[in-house]
Amino acid sequence: MRSMAELLQLKAEIGHKLADAELSQKPKIIVGMGTCGIAAGARDTLEAIREELEKAGVDAALTQTGCIGMCEQEPLVDVQLPGEDRITYGKVTRTDAVRIVREHVLGKTVVAEKAIAAFGEGSREDSRIPTYNDLEFYNKQRRIVLANCGLINPESIEEYIASGGYEACAKALISMTPEEVIAEIKNSGLRGRGGAGFPTGLKWELTRKTPSDKKYVICNADEGDPGAFMDRSLLEGDPHRVIEGMIIAAYAIGANEGYIYVRAEYPLAIRRLQIAIEQAKAYGFIGNDLFGSGFDFDLKIKKGAGAFVCGEETALMASIEGKRGMPRPKPPFPSVSGLWGRPTNINNVETFGNVSYIIKHGAEAYRAVGTEGSAGTKVFALTGKVNRTGLVEVPMGMTLREIIYGIGGGMPEGRELKAVQIGGPSGGCIPEELLDLPIDYESLRQAGAMMGSGGMVVMDSSTCMVDVARFFLKFTQSESCGKCTPCREGTKRMLEILDRICSGEGREGDIELLEELGSHICRTSLCQLGGSAPNPVLSTIKYFRHEYEAHIKDKRCLANVCAGMSGAYVIDQKKCVGCGLCQRVCPTGAITGERRQPHVINEQLCLSCGACAQKCPVHAIAQT
Amino acid sequence: MNKITLTIDDQVVQVENGATVLEAARRAGIDIPTLCYHPDLSLAGSCRVCMVEDLETSRLLASCVTPAADGMRISTRSAAARRARKLNIELLLANHPNDCLGCDRSGSCELQRLAADLGVDRRSVDRFAGQKRKRPPVEQGFSLKRDPNKCILCGRCVRACGEIQGVMALDFAGRGFDAIVTTAFDLPYSEVNCAECGQCAAVCPVGAITEISEISRVWEALDDPDMFVVVQTAPSVQVSIGEEFGLEPGTVVTGKLIAALKRLGFDRVFSTEFSADLTIIEEGHEFISKITESKKLPHITSCCPGWVKYAECNYPDLLEHVSTAKSPQQMFSTIVKTFYAAKSGIDPEKIFTVSVMPCTAKKLEKARPEHRDSGFQDTDAVLTTRELARMIKEAGLDFINLEDGDYDQIMGETTGAAAIFGTTGGVTEAALRTVKEVLTGESLDRLNLGLVGIREAQVEIAGRVYNIAVASGLANAAKLLDDVREGKSKYDWIEIMACPHGCVGGGGQPFSRFSDAKDRRARGLTEIDQNRQIRKSHHNPDVISLYEEFLGEPLGEKSHELLHTSYQARNVR
Repeated sequence: MRSMAELLQLKAEIGHKLADAELSQKPKIIVGMGTCGIAAGARDTLEAIREELEKAGVDAALTQTGCIGMCEQEPLVDVQLPGEDRITYGKVTRTDAVRIVREHVLGKTVVAEKAIAAFGEGSREDSRIPTYNDLEFYNKQRRIVLANCGLINPESIEEYIASGGYEACAKALISMTPEEVIAEIKNSGLRGRGGAGFPTGLKWELTRKTPSDKKYVICNADEGDPGAFMDRSLLEGDPHRVIEGMIIAAYAIGANEGYIYVRAEYPLAIRRLQIAIEQAKAYGFIGNDLFGSGFDFDLKIKKGAGAFVCGEETALMASIEGKRGMPRPKPPFPSVSGLWGRPTNINNVETFGNVSYIIKHGAEAYRAVGTEGSAGTKVFALTGKVNRTGLVEVPMGMTLREIIYGIGGGMPEGRELKAVQIGGPSGGCIPEELLDLPIDYESLRQAGAMMGSGGMVVMDSSTCMVDVARFFLKFTQSESCGKCTPCREGTKRMLEILDRICSGEGREGDIELLEELGSHICRTSLCQLGGSAPNPVLSTIKYFRHEYEAHIKDKRCLANVCAGMSGAYVIDQKKCVGCGLCQRVCPTGAITGERRQPHVINEQLCLSCGACAQKCPVHAIAQT
Repeated sequence: MNKITLTIDDQVVQVENGATVLEAARRAGIDIPTLCYHPDLSLAGSCRVCMVEDLETSRLLASCVTPAADGMRISTRSAAARRARKLNIELLLANHPNDCLGCDRSGSCELQRLAADLGVDRRSVDRFAGQKRKRPPVEQGFSLKRDPNKCILCGRCVRACGEIQGVMALDFAGRGFDAIVTTAFDLPYSEVNCAECGQCAAVCPVGAITEISEISRVWEALDDPDMFVVVQTAPSVQVSIGEEFGLEPGTVVTGKLIAALKRLGFDRVFSTEFSADLTIIEEGHEFISKITESKKLPHITSCCPGWVKYAECNYPDLLEHVSTAKSPQQMFSTIVKTFYAAKSGIDPEKIFTVSVMPCTAKKLEKARPEHRDSGFQDTDAVLTTRELARMIKEAGLDFINLEDGDYDQIMGETTGAAAIFGTTGGVTEAALRTVKEVLTGESLDRLNLGLVGIREAQVEIAGRVYNIAVASGLANAAKLLDDVREGKSKYDWIEIMACPHGCVGGGGQPFSRFSDAKDRRARGLTEIDQNRQIRKSHHNPDVISLYEEFLGEPLGEKSHELLHTSYQARNVR
């Protein structure tokens, strides 16, 4: 690849080829083949479609795409008939697949009850099917990083080029100096999406300014947070976008060698990256004298062996060097002394995913999205007790409430939101009353959580906050590298205290001890794994202290999660005659109800004293 | 100006760019407690004991790894800094056996001292009472034992083994609370690439790695009226053992050492320097034969057992270069149980030979199956300098005020050449003094090799110039040996000592508060050399008589049988 003209020519040719395919009256069937789709059975679905097409002797283009974000609807299948709108079907089983082929592909009739949405403007006859723009899940999102995910075939560089891919790379290498590229990224306000939010342009500049005959650029794809899958989905759905971002970064800082450090537990992402790198080499986006600029770049994949701590940049580099993945003190920062002692720029997958957009559309356009301090968008893995789980990309500054109730569709019926856990195992739990908190780096930090890489778990009243804190701390404790004292020893002691609180053996003073230890670990740990490990505990103590107290003083788990603890009393709605005797004896006013109607006990107020149960004439009250 | 000015505890301190906060503080006379920090090793920043407070940001910083910056205002004694330090010590103690009574390091333990200094009490540790690490102690082999439960994971042993020795026998394994320091696959030292040099034990701040003690075996022998117990002391012991009794490193206490040993009940007290002279004669003649018969060079010394094991593990292809002369310890014991026994009319079966060494690898060396040339195990027990000091303390001897004693006779004469065996370069200098004089009748000028890393020299003997190299620390040795292996080495003679500075820096030496202890001990040995009347090994009258009466000639049949040994490649991981 020598010039922009050559790239645009190629893009036009590919465009013609793709258009020809459409004109050729060939139906196109696209199966969502991200890890999420495959886990839900997409391989079976794909096989069923192939068999059915063969049986019917239909000449159709059967292809694949990455994750579009609607995890709860997997497996997803798109059908596009020549000249018609592309229709997305959800939860497509083998039987559904057969039916879709027969009715839609052969019979030209959309299977309305399985269809979720249609692409395009909605100028279709069948108005029962909403367009993507009608879907709350999509119309509140702003997809910059995920623009191609779920749309194009991630194993086809042609489709990436046809969508405008590698144009930013060409622009940067041909018409911009490295300094101009860095200035553009700095102006865009892009900050690291790995969690800490360090200004990306500044990081590039620092690496560029360190003199060295050899520099490296590294993509941190060691996504280890439980429940987080932003990076995996992007790598599986649009690997070239990440690679393009890395090439631009490498050019800007003067690195000729790059590594993508990706966890071995992501075999599909690794395979698609391998394919993408081979294709990029074949097309001349990776190699020597790229676009005639004299700039050479080579890119390698390094598989991580599954240590959470290797997401920490100095541990990650130690791991690439073949050493045990253990963080080292900073300074020196990687921009000064990184991989093999050379200046190294290390960014997260999603950060690189933003780069091509900024170069192509300019810093202004990017800054128009998001807030002043936190520009652009953020991808979240929305999970837990929410109606629509999935992968979402929203402009910074959107509130948690908009994400959970707007995009996520709120809580399942009868459930009440209690807290949102954000930022992975090192993040914090944000209570219902702070749901109007805008999503940006500073607001989250002030609330005791952190942006983290983008995990977002919605919890309802069936969640015990002490137990949640214990769950996350157990994870970080067992993933601590064991190097520094506060993280290795301190988190263990915190975990033991949480264990005894959850088993009803909590002691007076345990909450204070947790606070003392937690703040000590945050302040004195060597790296940010330890530095943030106590966050789930500290934030739940901050917002749900009464739950801790109930466990310790009353030996009660309000959510009835912790085994061996007495739970709240509950009134059997079928047996209750609404006499009101219980209401009168309750010392805390926890029982409400209309006369002659079944009464209910507010479990937050219930002390488990049992007075109501003793009084009930029809034995409708029992402890859970 | 490359100077940085900062304030530490209201004191203005100026340091050069690149200095850490800890260095700046210590330069200003302010001590900050440390644990994982060691002046000879890279910075780890892992124990988090050296916390100080940055008064500008209220952040707590690990001072050992934080570069000093202009305008910094640091407090080493703010409430937050003191609390953080103390809490980290409490956390370490909450996962520690706290079995000080049963620990070899009680009294020299840095954790124990810090706990006392920082006012840590039982109650503040007990509030964290919970699970403790429970791993079986590792005591296979002869030289070193590990108690993983005492380990505080400071990583000093890992760094010493990797950085100074280039051996990397130890590393961290496991995650979180299960993290430990261990060998590859938890294998015993004998099956890994370990030189058993004991540098890990030398830097361990607690009792997690210590020598396998032979004190009780020695007491038993001393208590046995039927046993004739003979002791030899290595040259470097006389300049270091005084430290155990409060003297400065390098103080020469040869006479007190002899007196103490006699008081302990040893029947004969000798110096290994006698057999160091013997080694020089044998090895010197070996070198002479190599150069006169144009045999394969370089000649590589063999008196350091740590180096020998390292060679067997890592450079088995170079073993033919290694001198076959036994180490002074082994020559001594063999001669005691043969020549000395016969001459004194003692049944060698009733002789118990003890050596006091600055070294842990000597414990392995004495147990090598080939060292039975006297018909018995040649050396029965090896005590480190530290172990002997413990025995002296146990016996209640007032070491400092002992009246000087003298070595016993017929193997009691020593030379200056032998004394400097205890420091890097000493063997070379001693050997070349003899080689040159034997070949040409001329005296050798002082080589003045220095003490650190790899040093080289050229020595002219009979019109030919020989290239000499000396290395201490196995990582340094490896650099020389790689060249030999690749055929690129220009050297004719290479001396290797496993421990930095040679035996004065041995793994069995006293734990010193002084960072220059090794230099000062070396200076002590030089002083001895200069003050000795006889300074060349081949002038040692007792050695000369030994050849006349018993051995015949250097490299002769008897010498070969009793004073030379062989090596074997070891297949290790």
